[in-house]
Amino acid sequence: MTQPIIALHHVTKRYGDATILKNIDLTLESGKFYTLLGPSGCGKTTILRTIAGFTDATTGDVLFAGKRINDVPANKRNVNTVFQDYALFPHLTVAENVAFGLTLKKTPKKEITTRVANALKLVRLADYGDREISALSGGQQQRIAIARAIVMQPKVLLLDEPLSALDAKLRREMQYELRDLQQRLGITFLFVTHDQEEALAMSDEIFVMNQGEVLQSGTPVDIYDEPINHFVADFIGESNILPGKMLDDFQVTFGGRQFECADAGIPANEAVEIVIRPEDLTLTEPTNAKLIVTIDTQLFRGDYYEIAATDDLGNDWLIHSVNPAEDGQSVGITFRPQDLHVMRFGEKEAEFDARLETYEGEEDESSDET
Amino acid sequence: MRAVTKRKTWLYFIPYGLWLALFVIAPVALIIYQSFFDLGHHFTLGNYSTYFQSATYLKMTLNSVWYAFLITLFTGLISYPTAYFLHQLKHRQFWLLLVILPTWINILLKAYAFIGIFSQAGLANQFLTFIGIGPQQILFTNASFIFVATYIQIPFMILPIYNAIDDLNPAFVNASRDLGASNWQTFRRVIFPLTLPGVKAGVQAVFIPSLSLFMLTRLIGGNKVITLGTAIEEHFLTTMNWGMGSTIGVILIVAMIIVMTLTGDQKPKGGAPR
Repeated sequence: MTQPIIALHHVTKRYGDATILKNIDLTLESGKFYTLLGPSGCGKTTILRTIAGFTDATTGDVLFAGKRINDVPANKRNVNTVFQDYALFPHLTVAENVAFGLTLKKTPKKEITTRVANALKLVRLADYGDREISALSGGQQQRIAIARAIVMQPKVLLLDEPLSALDAKLRREMQYELRDLQQRLGITFLFVTHDQEEALAMSDEIFVMNQGEVLQSGTPVDIYDEPINHFVADFIGESNILPGKMLDDFQVTFGGRQFECADAGIPANEAVEIVIRPEDLTLTEPTNAKLIVTIDTQLFRGDYYEIAATDDLGNDWLIHSVNPAEDGQSVGITFRPQDLHVMRFGEKEAEFDARLETYEGEEDESSDET
Repeated sequence: MRAVTKRKTWLYFIPYGLWLALFVIAPVALIIYQSFFDLGHHFTLGNYSTYFQSATYLKMTLNSVWYAFLITLFTGLISYPTAYFLHQLKHRQFWLLLVILPTWINILLKAYAFIGIFSQAGLANQFLTFIGIGPQQILFTNASFIFVATYIQIPFMILPIYNAIDDLNPAFVNASRDLGASNWQTFRRVIFPLTLPGVKAGVQAVFIPSLSLFMLTRLIGGNKVITLGTAIEEHFLTTMNWGMGSTIGVILIVAMIIVMTLTGDQKPKGGAPR
């Protein structure tokens, strides 16, 4: 395994009585795209600021390439930040902004000129060097902020909700560009966002945070398919979450009926929660349905219909369907066993991972058989 | 309906318009008008030619500018660090109030207070005697004039600078540090340039009034420094040469306009490629 470029060991941050970060452990490997995802106030920006050196950890270690950097001031750290409001210097031109860090290091003028030109080319604003910052649009300012950071050739680039001020279309474009940029440069990105869609689209690995803790980390697919708890399931994507009970390995009950599922390693009769993603539910004839629901309302979302329905026990269901349904109609819904995901109450990430280890091989065999 | 609203809005301008006309435009117009008349009330350009040909007047002007410059410089040197420091404090509103407090006291009272402090038997000399230097002539020196003028002007410099520092987005400081700037580099290349408008406003608020200080020059400076302000006062009240007094007044107004222009906000360089 390669040396992690950044590691936080047991990092805690307190302001007076308030604990902002609770015993954070995380490891970033070189050259990957990481995302800290969570609602506002969950501490994700504090982690970023701790790595950048703008705040210090109350306890715990911040390691950069294996060396403790808690006491290294921000200006001596080989990381650069793209700020939420960009923080481009209004009294300098675009080129002067990008050159700012290089001029401090007494880099030769010629080298500065070429590196600034390259950085501007990289963010596709090559001709904008002479412009005033105030003459740029939000999206352009955003790219200049990125250019100003990457011109320093940092080992790690920290991005603090850099897309939040952009409109939806531009944001989607920038997601592609950021991802592309990260892969071309090969440097580690640590991206902070509260937008789960952004996180899923761009990241190699996501850290889902809430109230100063990392709840779950993993690839976007892992986190989406196997959320560890109610919060993660609810925060990432849309979901139907229902109370249920584990009967046996691969057997769960909810809504008074028994279903086959893909989870195991949970003691029998333990109360659990079941997650089913709305896009995994399929509308079907009541005769071969697993559940019967009544359609309440539906919204046309362009590429799908978002249907709200209620089953006979009063549970609400959210269904994404390509075909519309009729309001007030009784329809059947069906799903596959692997679309059910069982979550235990209060299970920690380590326990969750260990439990998955115990049966995942087994599950693969069984799915091969079918 | 709209016409009524419009007329009513216009009514609000009346108090300010009257004030402007009676106390700004009319006096300035009168001064300009007066400056073209000699002692015998005949129209003349003589006052201006006298001014520009007289070594005394030109020297006086230079003197005024020089002392105003010194006062502004010292005020600035003290005010910037003070404003910066005040901004870091916890109860900064309270400390700021203490800075503003002296401005509520009449300038003459403060001048007389300094006469007491700087006089032969005053506090300052008592202290000098105590530490063994012995009493010195402090009052009626140029140094004491600059000292007291600076003391009086400091709040007017601190306030705009403080506001400029307060308006500075802390993200700029973080961005500068992030890009490798030391504290001093951050100050020199980011904080100071971005708070320069505050300094400029402070210079305007200090330099222009300092040009025409006249009570202090007499009470503290002992009339050793004769500024344009003193000259105007003498012409109006002692020699009764209103024409010459007005001429110097016009010169003062022109000087103020020049200072305003120099310290005014420069237009942004614009987005066009150079």
